[in-house]
Amino acid sequence: MTKFLSLEEGVRENLKPGNQVCFEGFTHLIPHASAHEVIRQKIGSLTIVRMTPDVIYDQLIGMGLVKKMIFSYAGNPGVGLLRRFRDSVENGWPNKIEIEEHSHSAMAHAYEAGAAGLPCAIFRGYMGAELREVNSNIKEVTCPFTGEELTAIPALNPDVAFIHAQKADKKGNVLIEGILGVQKEAVLASKRSIVTVEEIVEKLDCHPNTTILPYWTTSAICHVPGGAHPSYARGYYKRDNANYIEWDKIASDRATFLSWMQENVIKVSPKIFQNRIKNLKEDENE
Amino acid sequence: MNNNYSPDEMMTIVASRALKNDDVCFVGIGAPSAACNIARLTHAPDITLIYESGTIGTAPNILPLSIGDGELCETALTTVSVPEMFRYWLQGGRITIGFLGAAQLDKFGNINTTVIGDYSGPKTRLPGGGGAPEIASSAKQVYITMKQSLRGMVEKIDFFTSFGHGSGGNERKSRNINTEGPSLLITDLAIWKPDPISKEFTVHSLHTGVSKEMVQDSCGWKVKYSDNIEVTEPPTELELKTLRDLKERTKIANSRKDINL
Repeated sequence: MTKFLSLEEGVRENLKPGNQVCFEGFTHLIPHASAHEVIRQKIGSLTIVRMTPDVIYDQLIGMGLVKKMIFSYAGNPGVGLLRRFRDSVENGWPNKIEIEEHSHSAMAHAYEAGAAGLPCAIFRGYMGAELREVNSNIKEVTCPFTGEELTAIPALNPDVAFIHAQKADKKGNVLIEGILGVQKEAVLASKRSIVTVEEIVEKLDCHPNTTILPYWTTSAICHVPGGAHPSYARGYYKRDNANYIEWDKIASDRATFLSWMQENVIKVSPKIFQNRIKNLKEDENE
Repeated sequence: MNNNYSPDEMMTIVASRALKNDDVCFVGIGAPSAACNIARLTHAPDITLIYESGTIGTAPNILPLSIGDGELCETALTTVSVPEMFRYWLQGGRITIGFLGAAQLDKFGNINTTVIGDYSGPKTRLPGGGGAPEIASSAKQVYITMKQSLRGMVEKIDFFTSFGHGSGGNERKSRNINTEGPSLLITDLAIWKPDPISKEFTVHSLHTGVSKEMVQDSCGWKVKYSDNIEVTEPPTELELKTLRDLKERTKIANSRKDINL
């Protein structure tokens, strides 16, 4: 049963050191504000899960809060590589994280299996791919009906899922529209979940298929306008592409990174996100 | 005829020509994305472009920076969840062309986008495979486009992110991979196709003004040529104008966002 909490309370109540946690979002609706709150509360030794770890995962890793990452594509979309992730894997700064690497298809199947209450996902994948050799969680399984050799990987069931959505109603039912990603599966696969939203409304009053999560499927709803920035929220604000390009420079140097984090994450509160989207509102740019 | 164009423009336009109106194309970001949209804006208006963020039948007015830009969703026929994309549409065998780029490529169309150096202690950690490992095995055919360089086109790739033809011959078949695999490579200098028996990429056409030496000097394996090498038609006025207009629209749209910093 969901509760309406501030983001500070939502994180404190639900995420513990050593947890496995995902902050899902596929380019659209990435829960930046939530990851920043976790960084402020210094909750560490985390195993972080994500299909497309990008800027916030670079930040969590660079701040030394990560023990292990399970992922399928670690890049700054359209810009390049993740500098803090690279520094950890290549040079062990600030610590060398353990990695469990998959393909997108595998991760999507594993979340879905987790949501479906199955122990593993079965699919046709990794054919001839070398990840099989370096990831012991990729196994073969034979179809009992056709004899076809298929691939099995364990289901994903994180302790906590964070997602960002456009709207919740007063009861806590959640609406997402546009690019859906894997958020519904991630929430249903996880033991606890926190949804930050742009807006809390009386009634969702929407297309019959866009209420994706009933109020009794999540742990907390937190009202954080702009909480996806520099990612975007369809109908509210656009993707801040320039910010992604700028991140590449900030993250390329350890000292620059640390001072940026101090100024823009540690010293501020979730309220700052609504200022960051002021000039990105959809209608103002048309 | 227009002789005033860059090798990059040539590469994108030649790649666009390979796509047909009835293709269902799973689009990688970067050079593949530009090529697929030029095809849609010129000779293949009904081509179905699919990006892994779940957008099906998308028709972006500007080139997306990422695979999940809002523009892709707003102009799409429909947008499905990411698990559905990989299960029903890719694994279900509905994609005719997977269009990929590569950090490292070998002569049998095997692709590395994972690491340079050793996996456990890499010299350069790259982003990884994303959707590519299963695009490479589930799409009916794979087209690859990349700029030629000694760093990129290598005798031996450091990591098999996405399987092409393995070590050649019928290795795909023997591994029970029943799709065709890489069937076309478009670089900034030439059009390559796999030899029907060995499956080694072989130059079929040199772009206008390109010599065999130029191809070999920027390729890390010994280049083979087909018996009848052709010369690739240069871009037409329409193709060039379409590409430049698209790039210009993209630039304007992105600089408008820059103002908001």
